[in-house]
Amino acid sequence: MKKKSSILSIVVAVFFTLISIVYVMPIVEVLINSFKLNSFVNTETFALPTKESYAGFANYIKGMTFGNYPFLKSAFFSAYITITSTALIIICTSMAAWYIVRVNSLVSKIVYYLCVFSMIVPFQMVMFTLSGTADRLKLNTPYLIPIVYLGFGAGLAVFMFSGFVKGIPLEIEEAAVIDGCNPLAIFFRVELAMLKPTLVSVGILEVMWIWNDYLLPYLVLDRTMYMTIPIHIQYLKGSYGSVDMGATMAIIMMSIFPIIVLYLFCQKYIIKGVAAGAVKG
Amino acid sequence: MKKKNKSDGTSLNSILIRKPIKRCFPIFILPTLLAFSVGFVWPFIQGIYLSFCKFTIVSDAKWVGFSNYKKAFMDASFKHAFWYTALFAIASILFINVIAFFVAYALTQKIPGSNLYRTVFFMPNLIGGIVLGYIWSMIFDGILSKYGTFLTAKASYGFWGLLILMCWQQVGYMMIIYIAGLQGVSEDMMEAAKIDGANRWQTLFRVTIPNVMPSITICIFLTLTNSFKLFDQNLALTGGMPTLFGDDGTMINSTEMLALNIYKTFYTSAKSRGIAQAKAVVFFILVAVMALIQLRFTRKKEVQQ
Repeated sequence: MKKKSSILSIVVAVFFTLISIVYVMPIVEVLINSFKLNSFVNTETFALPTKESYAGFANYIKGMTFGNYPFLKSAFFSAYITITSTALIIICTSMAAWYIVRVNSLVSKIVYYLCVFSMIVPFQMVMFTLSGTADRLKLNTPYLIPIVYLGFGAGLAVFMFSGFVKGIPLEIEEAAVIDGCNPLAIFFRVELAMLKPTLVSVGILEVMWIWNDYLLPYLVLDRTMYMTIPIHIQYLKGSYGSVDMGATMAIIMMSIFPIIVLYLFCQKYIIKGVAAGAVKG
Repeated sequence: MKKKNKSDGTSLNSILIRKPIKRCFPIFILPTLLAFSVGFVWPFIQGIYLSFCKFTIVSDAKWVGFSNYKKAFMDASFKHAFWYTALFAIASILFINVIAFFVAYALTQKIPGSNLYRTVFFMPNLIGGIVLGYIWSMIFDGILSKYGTFLTAKASYGFWGLLILMCWQQVGYMMIIYIAGLQGVSEDMMEAAKIDGANRWQTLFRVTIPNVMPSITICIFLTLTNSFKLFDQNLALTGGMPTLFGDDGTMINSTEMLALNIYKTFYTSAKSRGIAQAKAVVFFILVAVMALIQLRFTRKKEVQQ
């Protein structure tokens, strides 16, 4: 009986190893093709680069300035928008959630249910009016777009934070009040420390959303001046008749490499954060 | 359960804390409230209003009543996009959840290296829709070029291609949720089933699945709304191609889903923006109603504890 199950587990392990290899193949393919000359990407997609199809790092060099827009610039804007927006969302919505839960007034109830409601509204519903509003308020630069992200992303974050705040015992905060803490001090010294796991979860969810988001920055930002990585890649494919596939693959590789490295280092937190977000949302 | 009710009521906010926090209204909630009004509430209200108007930009809106909605429902491409999206949603709910559940089931059976597999299966979730679309369009074109054809040659290629892409991306995500659910099933119950003489399949269907019903609810709900809201992958993989021409001169993009259809109605011609906004409202109602119905429907099947 025992032997049988150990054989079975080896079979399962081998099976999953094979599947895992198939699973990473698409990314390996991108890597392989980023070293091929353009004309070989379409015809010999799955072959390793040969002597005649090997392009070296030429694709990467070309990719840097491909589409008349420096790749590093769009990478910078992507990183900048992601970091500032996530920081803004985490700080503002956790404070708001604390207020909503602790001050159980009519206003806070209305805000809370509006947030829950906003989670089921698809972006297409507001995209035209949102981009118009952002334009009129001059929020169409990478430096002010975090406000738009805070507005549209507030729903989920407030919902998750207030779910967690409800579980925090009041006695701790009451003790802090008696000790003479003002609300700001309570929040930043006591509350944030306890909210840490949720801060990480929400942060990861927001980073994944904003870094990969295409439509919102595409519609809100002034596209002649500012691009993010998804916009850049879409622009390459969308506006050119025949695209240099090799250089496109090089750009794609450059854009997913940092994420994969980051993922491998903190996958534990990422998977946990996503699971927590999904179970609550 | 009882414990929770107790703490849900009055003790959630004591006067001691409520008063000082309330005084800090501008610091704590005002920034979020302002951004939320700009980023959601105002655009939403304006969107509802504009769906009853004829407009090219917001300031020249003219009230036209329900005519936008009439036109939206008569639009053949919108109807096609709806049925196409519905079909895709059904297919992806089926494929993604069945695969994800069994992968999660296998990975919780204490096989060596299951953490590594989990890491690998989850990875595609980190890559954005646009990039995913291009990676897979390269791969599909590479395969199909061996048979002298290409991805946007036939609508069915686009459908199955998008389904494979979505499975690749979402199986890992759903797997994580299922694993969390499966780990929550108590060992005692499994043991009891074993002692009662249940075999593996009986245990799976009678004990395990009813006990992970909450996870199944969440996953079905997520896959359904994800497929309905799908945009980036659809745009990048096929962009709605190939286009079919009807006898009466109508054009239908055969692999275009609802979100992409709305987007194209908005931005390919400024004249049809009122119709596009009406479509968006219909789309919103559809997603909202589905979310509510489905949540209620699957909640009934959950095991009461």
